[in-house]
This record gives sequence, C-alpha cells and structure tokens, in this order.
Amino acid sequence: MSKPSAQKKMATREAYGEILASLGEKYPEIVALDADLSKSTKTDVFAKKYPERFFDMGIAEQNMMGVAAGMAASGLKPFASTFAMFAAGRAFEIIRNSICYPNLNVRICATHAGITVGEDGASHQAIEDIALMRVLPNMTVLQPSDGVSAKALIEASLKIDGPVYVRLGRSAVPILYPEDAAFEIGKAAVLREGIDVTLIATGIMVNEALIAAEALSEQNISARVLDLHTIKPLDTEAVLKAASETQLIVTAEEHSVIGGLGSAVAEAVSEGCPVKVVRIGIKDTFGESGTPEALLEKYGLTAAHLVKAVVENLK
Amino acid sequence: MSHQSADLQNISRQIRKDIIQMTHAAKSGHPGGSLSAVEILTTLYFDEMNIDPSEPKRASRDLFVLSKGHAAPVLYAALARRGYFDPAELLTLRQLGSRLQGHPDMKNIPGVEMSTGSLGQGFSTAVGMAVAARVMGNSRRVYALLGDGELNEGLIWEAAMSGAHYKLSNLTAILDFNGLQIDGTNDEVMSVSPVDQKFRSFGWNVIMAEGHDFDDLKRAFKEARACSSAPSVILAKTVKGKGVSFMEDQVGWHGKAPSAEEMARAIEELGGAEHV
Repeated sequence: MSKPSAQKKMATREAYGEILASLGEKYPEIVALDADLSKSTKTDVFAKKYPERFFDMGIAEQNMMGVAAGMAASGLKPFASTFAMFAAGRAFEIIRNSICYPNLNVRICATHAGITVGEDGASHQAIEDIALMRVLPNMTVLQPSDGVSAKALIEASLKIDGPVYVRLGRSAVPILYPEDAAFEIGKAAVLREGIDVTLIATGIMVNEALIAAEALSEQNISARVLDLHTIKPLDTEAVLKAASETQLIVTAEEHSVIGGLGSAVAEAVSEGCPVKVVRIGIKDTFGESGTPEALLEKYGLTAAHLVKAVVENLK
Repeated sequence: MSHQSADLQNISRQIRKDIIQMTHAAKSGHPGGSLSAVEILTTLYFDEMNIDPSEPKRASRDLFVLSKGHAAPVLYAALARRGYFDPAELLTLRQLGSRLQGHPDMKNIPGVEMSTGSLGQGFSTAVGMAVAARVMGNSRRVYALLGDGELNEGLIWEAAMSGAHYKLSNLTAILDFNGLQIDGTNDEVMSVSPVDQKFRSFGWNVIMAEGHDFDDLKRAFKEARACSSAPSVILAKTVKGKGVSFMEDQVGWHGKAPSAEEMARAIEELGGAEHV
C-alpha cells in the first residue's frame, strides 16, 4: 500500500459527514437523526443534501434512539448521531432494550468521544462509552483511527445486520492510510511488524503507537503495531498471535482502562495465551478542561508514555 | 374484518379467560393492567386495524406497539384469538424456552411489532414507525398503548413532543387510563393530572373514550383517523382488573398471579370454564 501524505489531517467526524452524505445516494433507506448537534456531528452535510430524510429530534437523545429503533423496525437504515456522552450514556437503556435486544439496524455514530473534547471538561468527555457499548449483546463497536478508515468502516458497517456503535473524535488527526486501503470489520490492521512487543491501539492512539514504535526501534526494540478499529467483535486471532509471538502487549486507548480495549485484550489473552498486558488509558478518573494536547500529556496518553511502558515492562 | 359489538363482547370474554389462565399457569405476570386493556385490544385487532394474520409481515399492515409491555398477556391472547398462533401456546407464558416472554419480544412472536417492557420506550419507537411510514410513502397507521403510570417517564414527553412536531396524524396513542400504578393511585404516587391538558398543550388531538365500551372506542378511533393535522391520543377510561370482581380497581392485582381457587372464581364470573 502506498504511503499517505504525512501532513494531511482530518477529524473522523468530518469523514463521517462526508461518507454519510455520499452513502445517502446509494442507499435510499438511509435516514439520519440528530439531537440538535448536526453542525458538530456533521450530519448537517446529509441534512442539506437530503432534507426529507433528516430528522432533528431536538435535545432528546433517549427519544432519538427510540425513534431510530422504530424506523429500523420499519425497514429503514437510520444513522443516529450526537456526542458520545449522550449517545452511549444518556440513552444507554434505550439502546439496550429498543435497539440491541431486538437486533435492529441502527448505526449510532457518536462524535466528540474521549478526553480530547478538551475545554468542555469532564461532563462532556465520554471515557466509558466503549465499555457501555461493548457489553451489549448484538452490538458491533468500531473506532476508526483516521479519516480514511472512518469512511471505509462506516460504509462496511452497512453490511452488518444489527446495531453498530461508531466512536468518532472531535479533533483533526493525521491521515494514516492511503485512500485505497482495505478494511475488514473484525480484523485488526497490522501497521507495523515487530517481534519484541505488540502495541495494540485504537482511535487517536494508533498514531501515538506508530510514533512510539519508531522511537523504540532506535533503542533496538522491535514493536508490532495493530490498529484495533473493531473493538467488538474482537480480532482474537490477531491478539493471540501477538501474545504468542511477542512477550509483551501494551494497549492504548483514549478511554478508561476499565472495560475498553485494554480489558477486551486482557480477557482474550488471559484465556487464550497468557502474557503480560499493560493498559495505557485513563486511570479510573474523570477528566477536566484543557487543550486536547495538554490533556493527553497530563493523562498519560502520548507516544512517550507508550515508550516508557514498553521499556519498563520488557524483560 | 369488521365485527358487531356483540361479537367483540364474546371475544373479549375469551381473552379475559385467557389472561386469567395464562397468569395462573405462569405463576406470575400482570393480570390487572391486562384486563383493563381487553376492550381496547379487542377493538384494535378485531375491528380497527388493517392486518392479516396469514401474512403477518405484509408491507401495508397497520402496526401496534404495546408500550406498557407488562400487559403482554392481553397482547398474546388477542394475537392468538385473531389467528396469529395456536391459542394452546398461551399457557407457555413466561416458561423457559417459550416464545411468550414475560414482556413482548418481536423476534419471536408473529404479530409483535416491537420489543417492549421498559416503560416509555414503546411510545418512542411508535413515533419512529410513524415517521418511517411517511418517509417510505406507506399509508399504514401506527397505534401505541400507554399506561397511565407510564406517563411518569420523561421519555413519554420527549416522544409526545416529537410526534406533534412532525405532525404524525398516522399515529394514534391510546391511554389505558385506569388510575392505578404499582405503589398506589396515580395521584398518590406521582400525579399525572391533567392528562388531557398536558397532551393538548403538547399539540395532540385529544379524544376521550369509555375504555370498556366498544361503540365508544370505535367512535374514538374513527375520530383519530379523521384528524389529518396532528397525532391523536385516546384517553380511554378503564378499570384495572376489569371483569373479575375481586381484581377490579385493586392495586394488589398489578403483578400477581391468581391461585387455583381465584382462577376458578374468575372463570366462573366470566361465564364458566372453557379450556384455552
């Protein structure tokens, strides 16, 4: 695969807005719902193109999810968007009982996930949404790491018969993949081969893992990097392969260390091929206001933190 | 399928017996709120709705959502008596492996259009179905049965707001207005009055009805169909436990199964034994 332009950046929510509007043409059964945040979630791109298929539900996330369930039960393919805090948190039980239990085709594309929401502070920083969505039967949980994978995974999600949660970010992040990169839901993307340690990352932490792997190579440590864009169903094969071929696994996510990617990997490794798993994430605490960069530094979510974790834990 | 009110009386008596026998066999369930909705569901399934049990997924069919999902026995009995499945199956209610879950599961039972049970959610999904019908150019109507205790849920009012905002005249909600919830009367637990003014102020077409009178229910549904500018809500005055003297208007019969003796007395009052 050809190298992407190193400079180009795009928020995964921007990519969502573009691909949703484009999919609207191919799939007349797609409708979009938002909870008074369409300019932020980028469903406004779809809304402008297909006003008769866009429904602003007002600041009422629970009803938005219920309405989306009713639409899906009628044969439509609704995309429901709001911030991750209000999608996964506020509307959790409607997602559980009205969407997941009847296994309905609702795509929940939740933006502004994680601590990089920044200045809005802890009330708006969803750091537990992966855990909440991962625990639900029938739910697929996706978190793209860049604009290219966001578009590809959202399009691929339409082939899934059942609910899908897509975790998207606010900030512009580097494009990691070439435009023609292929993605398969449920299959980790191997971005770098290595024999000493495997860095398993998701979302914005994939780029940090790539930077960390480069820094580690200068210390003669060979790091494999996996982009785990599909958190559920977990690519157990790739995770256990890493566990058997490298002596250490370090997971990295912009999410609580409880219940997210790190937990999913640790569960698989402890049952299938026990090796040490070190989880990089938010350590069971709330965030605070600050710039995204300052927050990532303070809460231990940078490439330097990954390098430190590898060096300290590699025998 | 149109029935004379006398036929509907006979059907409703059978459905009441079914509810008693099902909840007795299950040793749990919700007879009170099932019995209060018997005439409403009988009118819907045997008179009002455009449905065909031989083709339960027909695209043009009307949809019914039991938002007060704990009244599952009345829904199952109505579906079975209408021909969606064998009434013999009714006695498997709530048993391990049965399709008849304690609260309705749309994946399992023909004729059940939405999985419900967590209060407020069915109403919201019915709004979604009514919007979807419009998007898809489907002239079907959508019906949702709400409980009055259910009106305590904030989601009900989010759904009500959206139904009026999108002027869903293809949506009719029916309130099983029996005045009782689990801990006591509506007024004791959390007052919902004045319900008519609440819905009217939210932009709904409010229709009053006697919830155990077939002619009045038919009139109410006709009025709802005639309204083309807003969704309608029928406030159907009912009696919890209706038809069984010792259950009528008794809070204690919300979620309790009748004993063998109580079942025998109830069946006697409903016109005598007749196996399901």
